[in-house]
Amino acid sequence: MSSTAVDTAQSRFLCLEEPHAHNGTLLGFWIYLMSDCFIFASLFACYAVLGTNTAGGPSAAQVLDLHGLAINTALLLVSSVTFGFAMLEMSRRRKGAVLAWLAVSGLLAAGFVTLEIREFLGMIAEGAGPGRSAFLSSFFTLVGTHGLHVSVGILWLIVLMVQVGKFGLSEANIRRLQCLSMFWHFLDLVWVGVFSFVYLSGVLR
Amino acid sequence: MLEPTTHPAARSFLFGRLTLDSLPFLQPDLEGRIVLVTFIAVCLGGLAILGLITKKRLWGYLWNEWFTSVDHKKLGIMYMILGTVMLLRGFADALMMRAQQAIAFGPNMGYLPPEHYDQIFTAHGSIMIFFVAMAYIVGLINYVMPLQIGSRDVAFPFLNNLSFWFTFWGAITFMVSLFVGSFSTAGWLGYPPVSELQQGPGVDYYIWGLQLSGVGTLLSGVNFVVTIIKMRAPGMTMMKMPVFTWTSLCTSGLIIATFPVLTATLFLLSLDRYIGTHFFTSDFGGNVMMYINLIWVWGHPEVYILILPIFGIYSEIVPTFSGKPLFGYSSMVYATCAIMILSYLVWLHHFFTMGSGADVNSFFSLTTMIISIPTGVKIFNWLFTMYRGRVQFTVPMLWTMGFLFTFTIGGMTGVMLSVAPADFLLHNSLFLIAHFHNVIIGGVVFGVFAGVNYWFPKAFGFKLDESWGRASFWFWQIGFWLAFGPLYIMGLMGVTRRLSHFDNPALQPYFIVAAVGAGLIALGIASFIIQIGVSILRRKQYAVGGDPWNGRTLEWATSSPPPAYNFAFVPNVHERDAWMDMKRHGYRRPLEGFNDIHMPSNTASGVIIGTLSFLCCFGLIWYIWWLAVASFVGVIVASIAHTFNYHRDYHIPKAEVDSFEHSGNWQDAAQGANA
Amino acid sequence: MTVKRLRGLLLLPLALLSGCHLALLDPAGDVARQQSDMMIVTTAIISLIVVPVLVAVGVIAWRYRASNKQAHYDAHWDHSPSLELLVWAAPLLIIIAVGAITWIGTHQLDPYRPLTRVAPGQPVAADVKPLEVDVVSLRWKWLFFYPQYGIATVNQLAAPVNRPIDFKLTGDAMMDAFSVPELAGMIYTMPGMQTVLHAVINKPGHYRGFSANYSGAGFTDMRFTFDGLSQQDFDQWIAKARAAGGTLDLQAYQKLRQPQRDVPASSFASFEPDLFTRILDRCIDASQTCMAEAMPAAAHGGEAMQDMSGTHGDHAAPTAAEKPASTQAAETH
Repeated sequence: MSSTAVDTAQSRFLCLEEPHAHNGTLLGFWIYLMSDCFIFASLFACYAVLGTNTAGGPSAAQVLDLHGLAINTALLLVSSVTFGFAMLEMSRRRKGAVLAWLAVSGLLAAGFVTLEIREFLGMIAEGAGPGRSAFLSSFFTLVGTHGLHVSVGILWLIVLMVQVGKFGLSEANIRRLQCLSMFWHFLDLVWVGVFSFVYLSGVLR
Repeated sequence: MLEPTTHPAARSFLFGRLTLDSLPFLQPDLEGRIVLVTFIAVCLGGLAILGLITKKRLWGYLWNEWFTSVDHKKLGIMYMILGTVMLLRGFADALMMRAQQAIAFGPNMGYLPPEHYDQIFTAHGSIMIFFVAMAYIVGLINYVMPLQIGSRDVAFPFLNNLSFWFTFWGAITFMVSLFVGSFSTAGWLGYPPVSELQQGPGVDYYIWGLQLSGVGTLLSGVNFVVTIIKMRAPGMTMMKMPVFTWTSLCTSGLIIATFPVLTATLFLLSLDRYIGTHFFTSDFGGNVMMYINLIWVWGHPEVYILILPIFGIYSEIVPTFSGKPLFGYSSMVYATCAIMILSYLVWLHHFFTMGSGADVNSFFSLTTMIISIPTGVKIFNWLFTMYRGRVQFTVPMLWTMGFLFTFTIGGMTGVMLSVAPADFLLHNSLFLIAHFHNVIIGGVVFGVFAGVNYWFPKAFGFKLDESWGRASFWFWQIGFWLAFGPLYIMGLMGVTRRLSHFDNPALQPYFIVAAVGAGLIALGIASFIIQIGVSILRRKQYAVGGDPWNGRTLEWATSSPPPAYNFAFVPNVHERDAWMDMKRHGYRRPLEGFNDIHMPSNTASGVIIGTLSFLCCFGLIWYIWWLAVASFVGVIVASIAHTFNYHRDYHIPKAEVDSFEHSGNWQDAAQGANA
Repeated sequence: MTVKRLRGLLLLPLALLSGCHLALLDPAGDVARQQSDMMIVTTAIISLIVVPVLVAVGVIAWRYRASNKQAHYDAHWDHSPSLELLVWAAPLLIIIAVGAITWIGTHQLDPYRPLTRVAPGQPVAADVKPLEVDVVSLRWKWLFFYPQYGIATVNQLAAPVNRPIDFKLTGDAMMDAFSVPELAGMIYTMPGMQTVLHAVINKPGHYRGFSANYSGAGFTDMRFTFDGLSQQDFDQWIAKARAAGGTLDLQAYQKLRQPQRDVPASSFASFEPDLFTRILDRCIDASQTCMAEAMPAAAHGGEAMQDMSGTHGDHAAPTAAEKPASTQAAETH
């Protein structure tokens, strides 16, 4: 075979330049969130099946407090909006504003978690703890798992604030902020599910 | 109640509920002595290995080149080693069960009391699925898939390492239960109420072992999907991907959609056990059926998670050794996708007899049967691939032939079980046991051996010994039918599963035959290990180049073993069997013009996070709360510390690439330049 | 009948091979027999495709072995629309056939559906009252109540031949499966839930019954005997149980439900009338919440289960009383 034929075969079958680095992080993180959906789906399914099994204990209508819920929900939804502002500032490469909006989002989410813990402690004090009935078990687990996710989100946010503060809006940090942003909005969506499926329908029932 | 070994009163701050009484090898009874002997053997064996490593000064090498490696090929090999070690453990359990059932008739109670026998079948099932089959599958995908798509590594190399360590420590959790405390007796799926009511650490070992490995598997699934979607060589469209890659994609999709359900289910079970919630209890509104539904929502797709990549392996082997492209590639792809989706709609066929009513049962009966259509299509496609071919009966092809016979029969008994009214007779009988071993051994295990024999030369540069390979095959094949043929027949007599003693002496001959069959399988496993040993000794004699089988897909385009960077130049794909296409067009390997290659760096974070997670689980199992809390905090800190490392990659200089490309193992004629 | 011939075809070699009675292929009760027929017929239909495939695997592999240079070799042949149509259509047709049979059979043989016949061509006579048996699976023994006769037995069950039996089943602590392969297959028993099974035994004889779902250390010994008796023998059996004396009251039940392995058969001449209902409602001891009290708004667990597993068949269970949706939590009895 002549040398020109070899060259043709080479350029036909090989990329002689190094290809550009791919980036699958956002896709990967999105897929992880989808898998997280299945965890929540299982917990929702449990609540659907067990949510009325009060075993003589209090029912949803008796223990759930819609006033606290309104504040709670508002905090979380607003924190989603403020996180959106952080992302807008990020695309303008304004580090200080990003950090400020992140701090606001984190504080709002912390408020959410605090209210939730207070609600839980109140219920446990009234004797409506997770061990009282299958309904309460599934309630505490579903809502608590969401709350745990939010808490992890806050921890992540703090770490990321330190990293952005220290290393600036580097490519890696931007990617991380995008992931956290997906996580944040995802938790909001799940909360909408919890809110309508557990609280609203529970109180209406 | 079910297990007398723990005393809730005897809890200390330092050791939780772990006391000297928890160590079975210190107990004076027969069991204690059996465990003691095993324990001493394991200690001596372990010390010997550690001593050898220390003497040969291999610790640094192992740490730098393997434990902290993010190379998908090395991780793949480590998964395969883990799978093989756990196969020995799981199979030892199988032999103990066969021995017990062969002798425990009438006045003879056998050598295992029920509490011990129940632990053994529980451990056997869960180990074989989670740490043998899954480890092998993830290992094979890890090794082969990135090579097949012409990639340098997986999308998230660090996560890949972390996944391995989670799986590894999950396996260790199971192994520790052998010598510290006891294992679950609740069956491989941990059905309540047994798993709710059992005191002691057994079920907790089960839960945390599976949680660790489950997280590992989930991360692997995410990793593989992103790798396949984002990192295929230019020109490799979805419909040009090798079938093994396709099946890896579908399996990973299933992993992502089902393992979270397992995680959630086991999480709820642990809440019931640890803080007294009422998800699956009998009182306070709990619902046992909820657990059984949830666990099978994971459990049924799980068997397809195992079998799909194996179908992919056969789809690589049959064309290679028939000298023809795969027949009906698109049918194969559609069949794989159909199975992936349908597998999510059949879970209830595991409990037709729970009384869900005729409409529900019929629905799940039909969906189950419908799965056999795409599966049948696959069998036909392999058949027509051999048709008008030149079939070479190499060891991988031999396993494939064994699979075609065995699996087809397993498929038939599967359809029998899927007929809901027939299942009212067959459910939980030995017929069911024979059926699922028929498809798991005949499908998954045979496929793993086929795959190992097929890709071993790629990973190590020499072929596996043929005669020991054939011996292994025949021992397994004959052993399988001797072991499970009698179970089919006894199933039709109405004998149920999980019995540790029998009152009907007429059954004993069957169990003896089954035990003989298990003995033959033991010889099959021994032959496999000897095969590897012999081949290592004769590695010079069995040495091969990059493409020993006249392969068709890209993994054969590189050296055996491949360099860290897999391909000096990323391939440009035009046709399905890309490497065959290159060979047909007179492709010659270039020996100059290399670039620096960008690669991920090794990291110790995976080992550290995995180990701390294990300690946390161990603390939870034994109620050693300080350990659980401390190591949990450790996990968080280590994870955060890892994110502060922004320098996770390096470049292999072109001089190094150049030097490997001139010295690597390429000697096959088809490899061009060095021919 | 073809099923008969098929059964003969299947039984002969297997029986020769085993030298044992293959209960599932030749059971003694009409329900099990119909289930067995389903198994045999569907196996025969699948064999239509499986056997040719097995033969083809051998033939093709041998014919196209590498050493056979006479065989036609076509290195590029990788698709054929007509063959691909065939490989999808052939299994599809088989599955349509098997699926249709299964759909009908699953509804006909639904354990919740009262029997319409006691044997082929022998409908249930209008004046026959089915034998009622309430079953409780305990750790690790079986308790049978005969409400029509006022007796209760442990680990022994008997029924007159050709009289329909209505089983109502529940569990005390564990999940078991009531299983008499010769009679009607099996059904799960679960605490706080009631399952139903309709069956009939056609041949007098001594049969094996056991739990077919693992329930802990004593599971292996959780066996009972099932006797198919003539009416006369059955009456004697009842009389014997009555003569033996003993009352199963709450106290006796508390004792009986303690975990115990390898329990010999026994009987009680009488039992506390609502005991089965109380077991079902989890109203036995103080640590349990009675479900009837806990859930005034009727069985939510059952309702939820129904939500989970889809709607229950309309045509499956003709009588309203027998229609509690599948395995549901106890309603008020």
